[in-house]
Amino acid sequence: MFVSRSMTSKVVTLQPDATVLEAQKLMAMHHIRHLPVIDGEDRLVGVVTDRDVRSVLPYDCYKNPKCAEGNEKYSRLKVKDIMTVEPFTISPSDTIQDALLLIQEKRIGAFPVVDNTGKLKGIISVRDLLRAFTNVLGIGEPGTLLCILVEEKVGQMKKIVDAITEEGISFGSILVARYWEKDKRAVFPYLLTQNISRVKKKLQEMGYTLLDPMDWYLDQLPKHE
Amino acid sequence: MTMKKTGFLFDQRYLLHDTGPYHPEVPERLQAIYQGIEEAGLISKLKMISAVRADLKWVEAVHSVDYIRRFEEVCFSGQRTLDSPDNRMCRETYETALLAVGGVLQVVDLLMQNQIDNAFCAVRPPGHHAEVSEAMGFCYFNNIAIAARYLQQQWKVPKIGIIDFDVHHGNGTQHIFEKDPSVFYYSIHQHPSFAYPGTGREFEKGSVDGYGFTKNTPVLPGQGDEDYRYYIKRDLVPAFGHFKPDMILVSTGFDGHMDDDMSDVKLSTDAFTWIMETIFQMAEDHSKGKLISILEGGYSLKRLPELARNHVQVLLDGHIHQ
Repeated sequence: MFVSRSMTSKVVTLQPDATVLEAQKLMAMHHIRHLPVIDGEDRLVGVVTDRDVRSVLPYDCYKNPKCAEGNEKYSRLKVKDIMTVEPFTISPSDTIQDALLLIQEKRIGAFPVVDNTGKLKGIISVRDLLRAFTNVLGIGEPGTLLCILVEEKVGQMKKIVDAITEEGISFGSILVARYWEKDKRAVFPYLLTQNISRVKKKLQEMGYTLLDPMDWYLDQLPKHE
Repeated sequence: MTMKKTGFLFDQRYLLHDTGPYHPEVPERLQAIYQGIEEAGLISKLKMISAVRADLKWVEAVHSVDYIRRFEEVCFSGQRTLDSPDNRMCRETYETALLAVGGVLQVVDLLMQNQIDNAFCAVRPPGHHAEVSEAMGFCYFNNIAIAARYLQQQWKVPKIGIIDFDVHHGNGTQHIFEKDPSVFYYSIHQHPSFAYPGTGREFEKGSVDGYGFTKNTPVLPGQGDEDYRYYIKRDLVPAFGHFKPDMILVSTGFDGHMDDDMSDVKLSTDAFTWIMETIFQMAEDHSKGKLISILEGGYSLKRLPELARNHVQVLLDGHIHQ
């Protein structure tokens, strides 16, 4: 769960003296919105974003690079004139949970990943985090989701995990929604099997309530004529 | 309308695939299906068809040679599972799977020779989860995909429309044809966030040349008759109206029934009749009535007799006499 495992290591970068139009071209070519700016020794000196570019170019020139190329004022603009210096960064040894919380708190789409010598190691974006959590959810593999309502007391997870393990079923993931009803939690095991009728019956016999997702969904559905 | 000549593929050898204890895909499913049809007095109205072993050449039209060899070896070596603990086997599984494919191809031949108009193939093991090189979800050979390729290559039928109303998404069939604009794959199934195999989301529409020739309708747990009617009229009927298949193949799964504990979709027995009447009418409109239904899932031994009886009744008459 470390940033170093989920980040993009092959980073597209620029030097401070590159032009804004070059930055725009690079972002368009790679379908990205953040470019770390580095010096000659791979040290991070800033970040330039799609939004920075947009805010210095008039709309026509932003849409049509030819327009800006013919305009001396805009074609001479340098990345160092518009970049964010001292951007928020994250370390390769921080966790993806750190990254998630930081992205939420700072409302930023991506962080340059910088080691303790100031060198750029990669970039981690919302897209990288989504990929990491898709992996954690296990939903890339075939399986079935169970929805179990449990009382909030010690030892419940063990019983559920044991019951499922005894059936010889592998887990893709287990999620717990901590606040469901008063004193209740909802547990969502994602099981890597199609063969779930027996384990469902077993959990019910153990006294667990299997949630019908429709209990909370039904009211929101459009009614068909 | 005159009664159709309907074929019924059934063979005692399909019972030989033994999945062992605590497995829902049991031979009794086929016995329940046969019993429902027989007790309704329908056997004499059907052309009975029995299984033949498939020529491997046609299995290879869909599956990789490596996979076919591996399945054969693993099976004959006495191992009990292939690729996932879900796929329980016995020594007869490989042969049974070949008989399922061969039976379906036999039905294709009879239909193309005009000896029958349509057919129901009560086969085991099922097929729609089977990928090119992987067994999945109780499935080994993708019966319906092989039938589609056979129709195109052997009988030169240009456009095949596949309808999959098993409650689980037919990942194998979708993947096999996702780049192929000559085979339209439509599936309606329990939403992949809740149900096996986790594919079949609405945004999966095929790729490259086949983009737009795959269509998925995910159904939420708890939804039922009314929702299926709405979705099928909204998604399937217009899509096939546009595609105009020369032949309709159906992956028939009865596991969306409210009494089937393999899913949380809540269809009534009558809803399955309505679905089949709708498909029958589409075949009348587009494919001169040519329609082959191939069994996939459906695990409620209590409900299978009535569901199979109604299914066959619709194939014979286009509707059920009330």
